[in-house]
Amino acid sequence: MIQEPEVRSDSAGGSVIALVGAWDIRSLERRAPDLRQKLRERARAERWDLSGLQRLDHIGALLIWRAWGKKRPPQLELRPEHEIFFANVEGTGTLKRERARTDWLRPLRALGQRMLDAGGHAADIVRLLGLMLIDSTVLLRRPALGPWREISASVYRIGTQALGITAAVGFLIGVVLSYLSAEQLRVFGADVFIVNILGLGIIRELGPVICAVLVAGRSGSAITAQLGVMRVTEELDALAVMGIPYTVRLILPKVIALAIAMPLLILWTSWIALLGGAISAKVQLGMNVIEFLSALPAAVPIVNLWLGVGKGVAFGALIALVACHFGMRIKPNTESLGAGTTNSVVTSITVVIVADAAFAVLFNNVGIVLL
Amino acid sequence: MSEPVRTPDVAAGTPPVIQIKGLWTQFDDLVVHRDLHLEVSAGEVVSLVGGSGSGKTTLMRQMLGLETPTRGSVRIFGIPLKGSSARTLKKIRRRWGVLFQHGALYSALSVFDNIALALRELRVFDEGFIRDLVMLKLDMVGIERHHARKMPADLSGGMVKRIALARALVLEPELVFLDEPTAGLDPDRSESFVRLIEALHSQLGFTVVMVTHDLDTLVSLSDKVAVLAEQRVLVYGPLETVVRKDHPFIHNFFLGNRGLRALSAAPDPLFGPALTGARR
Repeated sequence: MIQEPEVRSDSAGGSVIALVGAWDIRSLERRAPDLRQKLRERARAERWDLSGLQRLDHIGALLIWRAWGKKRPPQLELRPEHEIFFANVEGTGTLKRERARTDWLRPLRALGQRMLDAGGHAADIVRLLGLMLIDSTVLLRRPALGPWREISASVYRIGTQALGITAAVGFLIGVVLSYLSAEQLRVFGADVFIVNILGLGIIRELGPVICAVLVAGRSGSAITAQLGVMRVTEELDALAVMGIPYTVRLILPKVIALAIAMPLLILWTSWIALLGGAISAKVQLGMNVIEFLSALPAAVPIVNLWLGVGKGVAFGALIALVACHFGMRIKPNTESLGAGTTNSVVTSITVVIVADAAFAVLFNNVGIVLL
Repeated sequence: MSEPVRTPDVAAGTPPVIQIKGLWTQFDDLVVHRDLHLEVSAGEVVSLVGGSGSGKTTLMRQMLGLETPTRGSVRIFGIPLKGSSARTLKKIRRRWGVLFQHGALYSALSVFDNIALALRELRVFDEGFIRDLVMLKLDMVGIERHHARKMPADLSGGMVKRIALARALVLEPELVFLDEPTAGLDPDRSESFVRLIEALHSQLGFTVVMVTHDLDTLVSLSDKVAVLAEQRVLVYGPLETVVRKDHPFIHNFFLGNRGLRALSAAPDPLFGPALTGARR
């Protein structure tokens, strides 16, 4: 019969402490704190009788050993088969605790490190772009070697499969924007300018940016994770030793596919958003949808459409480059994969917005009708 | 709390550590195991061998409760895995340790935290105790303590295996599963890893179930060998009975050149050469 672990003081002899029962993990996981307390109270005792132990393991031995102050008591009775546990415990020292040093310069150093890191990222992206361009010069001489199949597959995954979500988001944005503007315009009796606001705002700015944010979240993260896992599983190395440049096989198709798919997605999103705006204008202002559409060409010069498409090409290529860049930097552990994917999405959205600002400055007097 | 304390001792009436009865595994039309039976008693070291696709790994995952067999029962410590309450299963899971083929160390945690995780989960022991115990376990598997702060990504394959073993042993398991314990280690390392498992087994007396392709590991560690072929346990017994069974898989596996070399190095000197002679 196996008994519960117990600490007994022999009252007759006075100072003999007897441990009985099973001192193993299964019994101790319930009673450890209680037993530790009892052991500590008797830690000074000189004579210990452990021959009554029915079972012992390293956890039990360590508990007793620590109560003894990490040395054997002067008199100890121990079963021979339990000797090994104490021998193991005895042979082990302990790990020194690391003292945290106070470093007053740390915030400054961290800031500097971040700046250097940001510079490193920028340099790496430029290097990646350059490498990709150099590697793809082969395609000029032998176009048959091109990754056409991969490009087509990527266009399908990044473009076609995103039609639903971009349409849903675009439509709602159109409705909301139209609803809010209509309220204001009606106050001034300027109902007809709803076409200018929606047309210019959506085609020139909102369509491309919303689309880019959605694609960065949807496809940018996927690209980063995919490349990251390929790095972890050494698939990138396998490509390299076969003499297949990963830039041409993996990165170029993504960049080209995004540069093709993004403008198309932007046209699609803008069109749906305008439709949503027109329907909302019909409800709010009683403006006919046909009337809305026929007023569009006059309010929004065609160059805005080209500007939107051009932004699409640039945003698409940027998202793909950033996503690939972060994918290549992932280290073989789960944390790095998570952090890399997050950084990829956050950075690509930021980069897209910065690029959008650059477009706004460069084309500030193009395509805007002043009345 | 008046539940009986565990009784792993080989005593009359103690159920086998693992008992598999009438187990079927079926993936659509593919039958992997057909009415399979297997029993492992306490303290034994049992190796599962079989060709690729014979379902060794699947069987091990079923013993671990990671997969459920199509039919049949798996009992660990006499308790059925299917139909037991979550609490009972949790108790079983604390009594076994598993060494995965690639170590499966948590890559986000340091070596120390990997080993300490299960101990901390118990919420019984203080940090000082945990630190001492982790160092003890690292000592037992022959890892120097300055490696404790490293991350798994910075370790060599042999060290990953040792640390994974330390993690498997941290709760003093009665049953240890080893999936390809020496795969991916060089001969020298795998030799010393086998010695390590041998030493720990004789010291702690746990039961071992292992899947291995490595004949040297198999010969030097196993008390019993279970050969999986033809969707069942073809033969189960000590190595010398297993190799005498007349079956093409056994011929190829044990009595090829590699097999004979490993067998002739077996501890029983009569057994290796005699067989070698008989086959030639």
